[in-house]
Amino acid sequence: MKNQNRQAFKEMEKFTTLESQAIPLPIENIDTDQIIPARFLKATSKIGFGENLFRDWRYGKDNTEVADFVLNNDTYSGSILVAGDNFGCGSSREHAAWALTDFGFKVIVSSYFADIFKGNALNNGLLPVQVKPEMLKEMLAVIKKDPSVQILVNLEEQFIAVEGTDLREDFKIDAYKKMCLMNGYDDIDFLISNKDKIEAYEASREF
Amino acid sequence: MKKTLFDKVWDSHVVHSVDNGPQILYIDKHLIHEVTSPQAFAELEERNIPLFRKDQIVATADHNVPTKDQHLPIQDLLSKKQVEMLSTNCEKHGVTLYGLGHPYQGIVHVMAPELGVTQPGMTMVCGDSHTSTHGAFGTIAFGIGTSQVAQVFASQCLLLSKPKSMRITLNGDLKPGVLPKDVILYIIAKLGTNSGTGYFVEYAGDVFENMSMEGRMTVCNMSIEMGARGGMIAPDETTFKYVKGKEFAPKGEEFDKKVAYWRTLPTDEGATFDKEYTFDAADIAPMVTYGTNPGMGIKINDRIPDINDVSFEKSLKYMGLHKGEKLLGKPINYVFIGSCTNSRIEDFRVAATYIKGRQKAANVNALIVPGSQQVAKQIEAEGLQEIFEAAGFEIRQSGCSACLGMNEDKIPAGEYCVSTSNRNFEGRQGQGARTILASPLVAAATAVAGKIIDVTTEIEEPEPASV
Ligand code: SF4
Repeated sequence: MKNQNRQAFKEMEKFTTLESQAIPLPIENIDTDQIIPARFLKATSKIGFGENLFRDWRYGKDNTEVADFVLNNDTYSGSILVAGDNFGCGSSREHAAWALTDFGFKVIVSSYFADIFKGNALNNGLLPVQVKPEMLKEMLAVIKKDPSVQILVNLEEQFIAVEGTDLREDFKIDAYKKMCLMNGYDDIDFLISNKDKIEAYEASREF
Repeated sequence: MKKTLFDKVWDSHVVHSVDNGPQILYIDKHLIHEVTSPQAFAELEERNIPLFRKDQIVATADHNVPTKDQHLPIQDLLSKKQVEMLSTNCEKHGVTLYGLGHPYQGIVHVMAPELGVTQPGMTMVCGDSHTSTHGAFGTIAFGIGTSQVAQVFASQCLLLSKPKSMRITLNGDLKPGVLPKDVILYIIAKLGTNSGTGYFVEYAGDVFENMSMEGRMTVCNMSIEMGARGGMIAPDETTFKYVKGKEFAPKGEEFDKKVAYWRTLPTDEGATFDKEYTFDAADIAPMVTYGTNPGMGIKINDRIPDINDVSFEKSLKYMGLHKGEKLLGKPINYVFIGSCTNSRIEDFRVAATYIKGRQKAANVNALIVPGSQQVAKQIEAEGLQEIFEAAGFEIRQSGCSACLGMNEDKIPAGEYCVSTSNRNFEGRQGQGARTILASPLVAAATAVAGKIIDVTTEIEEPEPASV
C-alpha cells in the first residue's frame, strides 16, 4: 500500500492472537444506548468512556454497584466479552466501541453484530467474532461452569477455540479489514493514498 | 443488466474497487453535528490532515442543545463546551454551520431535506444512524461512526463493501388513522430488529407511491431499527415537487436537467433483490410498542405476546408489563411529539387536527418539539401553536430533546411515555424511563385521554363533539 502522506500515518495497535478469560453477558439485542448511555456522550475526546460502560446495568440510581451484574462480579475477568445475539444495534455512536476498548476488551463474541457497530469496532482495533448460535450457547455454558477457562482467538488463522474443550469455530472477516488489524493500519491512510483516483472521479462526474 | 435504484446510485459513486476487497465510495454530502464530530476533527488535527471538501459538509447543533431559552448561554457546562467546540471546529475548517439561533438550525435529518441539501441520486452520510431518513428522496444515506466521519473529512470517501438488497412491497389502502409511523412499526414488528442487517432496503408499492415526502422520511428513518443500514424510495413527481424551490436545490434549467436524470433512477422492471417481502396495507393498524426494542410492537388492540425467552422477559420486566396484557386503556403521564421520525410540519398538522377543541388530560405532561426552526415557524404561521397551547401542550424550540435524553428533557424513572421517536431502548428517554413508540395521532389521542386509546374506532364514529 503506498502512502503519500507519511504524517497522516498513525499506528493502531496490532492484533494477531489473543488468549484470555472471558466475561459472559448473555443478553440479546444489546444496543449502544446500553453500552454507553447518551448522557455520557458530552465528552469531546475518546478517553475515559470505560468508566461508564454499561453504566445503568453496572450501577444503581444511587451510584452503588449492582451486585449481580457480571462486570461487578470478581469471578469473571478478561478481555473477551461473550454477548447475546444482535450485539451493538441502535445508535451509530462510536463511543460504544471506545467504552469497550477503554474498559479493556479486545474481542467481542456474539452470534450477530449490527453493521455500524461492527465497522466502528474494527476501526478501533476491537475484533467482533461472529459464531454460530449453538457455539455461542456452548461457550456461555462452559464459561459459566469454569470462569477461568481460557479462550483463544487467532486472527491470522481466523478461528476461536475454548481451551480444554473441543469447541472451536472458524470465523469470517473481510480480508482488507484483517490486513488492517494485523498491521495496525486504518482506512484514512488507504483513502488518502488514493487521492489521485478520487480527484479523477470528481472531474469525470456528470452529476 | 437490470439494476435496482440502489445499484444505480451506488455504482455511479464507486471511485475504485479493491481486488477482492471493499470499494471506495464517493460521498456527495456529509452532515455533521456536535456529538459525533469533535473526535473526528481532533483526529485530523493530530495527524495533520486537511479537510478535503469543506463545501460538501453541512453542520448543525441538535442532539445536545436545550429546547428552552436557546438565546441564552447553555446552562450545562459539558453541553456548552460540546456545542461551542462545533462552532470552533467549523470556523477553523471553513465549514458552514447552522448553529443554535440560526433560522436553518434543526435536527440534522429534518433541516437538510427542508433546505434542499438532500436530493435524489446522492450519497449522504452523517455520524448518526437515522441518516437513513434521507433515503426517502432516492438517496443512498446511512449513518457512520466517528472514525468514518474523519475518513470523509480526509477524502470525501468511505471504504465499504456493497450491501445486499431487500425490497419491501406494500400495496393496498391504509385504514383511516393508520399513519406512515404505523407502517414502519408494523414492518419492523413483522420482520424483527436484525432482519435488515447487511441490507439496504427499497420500499415499493402504491402505499409508498401515495405517501407524502414527510411520510416517506418517517418510514426510511426507522430502517435502521430493523438493522438495515438504509432505506430508499424511488424518486417521483412527489419528490421533485418537494425539492423544487428549496434553498439549496438546483434552480431553473439546472433543476430540469437533474429531474431528467432523477427519472432514470427507479428500479428497472425485472431487476432482482437478494430478499423480498410483501405486505398487505389493509392488515396494518395503529401500532404501539411494549418492549425495549422497536421490533416489540403490536396493533393497538392486541395483547402482548407470550414468548418464553429470557431477554423478552427482562424487557417486559423493565417496562413493568406482562404477557397477555393489553396496552389499550393504560394510563400514561408523558407524551412526546418530536424527533427526526415525527417532527415535521405534517406530523404536527395531524396532531393538531385531533387536538383542536380538546384538552390534554390533567395527568399528562405533553411536550411538542419541532424538528427545526423552520417547522417551529410554520407551526406558528399555520395557527397550530394556538391549538396546542389552548389544549395545554408545552411547545419547545427545535432539537432532539427527549428522543435521547441528552439534555434536560427527560422522562422520569418508571414513567411511561408515549413517544413519536424511534427508539424504546432501556433508559433512552432518561434513566428508568419506559418508552412506548407510536404515531403522532396515537400520541395526541393519548395526551387527550390520559391513557392509550384506539383512535381508529373514534375516527369511524361521527365527529366527536368539541369540548
Ligand atoms: S431526534 Fe433522536 S433519533 Fe433523531 S437524530 Fe436526534 S437523537 Fe437521533
